[in-house]
Amino acid sequence: MAVEVATQKIRWGELEEDDEGDLDFLLPPRVVSGPDENGFKKVVEYRFDDKGNKVKVTRTFRVRKIARARLSKSAIERRSWPKFGDAVQEDVGARLTMVSTEEIVLERPRAPGSKAEEPSASGDPLASKSGAVLMVCRTCGKKGDHWTSKCPYKDLAPQTEAFVDRPPTADGSGPPGGAVKGAYVPPSMRSGAVDRVGHDMRRRNDENSVRVTNLSEDTREPDLLELFRTFGPVSRVYVAVDQKTGASRGFGFVNFVHREDAEKAISKLNGYGYDNLILRVEWATPRPN
Amino acid sequence: MRPILMKGHERPLTFLRYNRDGDLLFSCAKDHTPNVWFADNGDRLGTYRGHNGAVWSCDVSRDSTRLITGSADQTAKLWDVQTGRELFTFRFDAPARSVEFAIGDGLAVITTDNFMENVPTAQVKRIAEDPDDQSEESLLVITGIKGRINRAVWGPLNRTIITAGEDATIRIWDTETGQCLKESDKEQGHQKTITSLSKSADWSHFLTGSLDKSAKLWDTRTLTLIKTYVTERPVNAVDISPLLDHILQEEIGGVKGHFGPINALAFNPDGRSFSSGGEDGYVRLHHFDSDYFNIKI
Repeated sequence: MAVEVATQKIRWGELEEDDEGDLDFLLPPRVVSGPDENGFKKVVEYRFDDKGNKVKVTRTFRVRKIARARLSKSAIERRSWPKFGDAVQEDVGARLTMVSTEEIVLERPRAPGSKAEEPSASGDPLASKSGAVLMVCRTCGKKGDHWTSKCPYKDLAPQTEAFVDRPPTADGSGPPGGAVKGAYVPPSMRSGAVDRVGHDMRRRNDENSVRVTNLSEDTREPDLLELFRTFGPVSRVYVAVDQKTGASRGFGFVNFVHREDAEKAISKLNGYGYDNLILRVEWATPRPN
Repeated sequence: MRPILMKGHERPLTFLRYNRDGDLLFSCAKDHTPNVWFADNGDRLGTYRGHNGAVWSCDVSRDSTRLITGSADQTAKLWDVQTGRELFTFRFDAPARSVEFAIGDGLAVITTDNFMENVPTAQVKRIAEDPDDQSEESLLVITGIKGRINRAVWGPLNRTIITAGEDATIRIWDTETGQCLKESDKEQGHQKTITSLSKSADWSHFLTGSLDKSAKLWDTRTLTLIKTYVTERPVNAVDISPLLDHILQEEIGGVKGHFGPINALAFNPDGRSFSSGGEDGYVRLHHFDSDYFNIKI
């Protein structure tokens, strides 16, 4: 309960030589001041420590009502009972009882307001909760009902572009989304996602794909299409763009419908000067995964 | 909340008990000396020195004058709460595990462990008004339970005694005849040792905690299962708030802080604070913050 313990050493030279026996009568008396209007109580005590030094101990307490206890008459009487047993010899420094320095919070296992299974039958769950606006589901946009990870519609939501490049796994082998409670299921393994991301996506990315590097910064996809369409039908053109600056990162991919056209383009355009730079055109190596 | 830490024991805590007014907290531990604390600020009022073994449980009379403790030294002792003076010793031939005063404090039930060749028993003793008239004679001895009885408590109007223990079965006994009236259903009931049992404020229902990682709420009269609370870990101690109706089957919060397992739990009868006793030898006294009382489920 002691908020602050300040000790002040008195220089040993000032002490009397014969510090044998009980010298407590030499000490100034205990001074108790307060509690003041803020509930602060100050207790100043003097004592000798092990080496015979006189030590001033200033302890500041904050007196506060911890519990609004309506004490019965007998309980008030018990308050004044003298201590007994081992509690009698308990010295002040023993500090058997301490207030935790750590603030302990009641840890809610779930965010308040979110429900495990059955939704609360009592009307609209949104209305009763304050601060529910903070809880916005990114999948379905509903406010205050659930977190994104708990969204019941997450499997129905369209896959975002970021997930498209993930390697899809064998169809249907993944656990259906939400079957294992709390376990993370990658988007590509969730039911519903499998078919969409499936095989045709893989072919588009990996087959007849040509990587073009050393592009100038202001090359855009139409420019690349213009350059490559002369060799045959092109199914996809892509230029990597820095998401922050918006500038081209100097490389891109071109997918041809026919493999022969791709071969032709590589043989012709590799080392071709384009916009003051010498292009490097090669087969796009499939990703290791 | 900022819990109050009370370091009065050298060994793991075993049991905590508030008196009826909720101003005193009694703590028992595997060291031999139960302590009594002021329940509001955690100051130690005194100790009860005299046992020679771990003290497993205690109970305090309604007027807070008498304390009874059961100990592994094969005795149960009666104490004067105010002075810590030992009033009487009941001797057994096995460790005394669970003790409880009946309504009116004229009777007490004390359980003894299965020890050597002895079978576990629950014994009813008459508690005399004047300790000089106290006798060791048992009014009733309940036997026929296999495995240790971890808790034996009185039912409404002292007509029954409820026991629970290692055999995972809750039994209700008639205090007149000593016959087993009811037994908890094998299917519905606990699957492993019942570690603790705690009654609601009006004794209409009670809660049991078990090593099978669940706590179950039962009707005292009919022994029907009301609720099951499933946890992730074995349940060491349970208690029911006297204030709020938390019959929700939903976890509303956890309180961390102890180092190691928690062996004992007790709600203050006013429902505004509770204390927990851990394997670490500390009693932590928690006064609830206001947000606890405003929890919306």
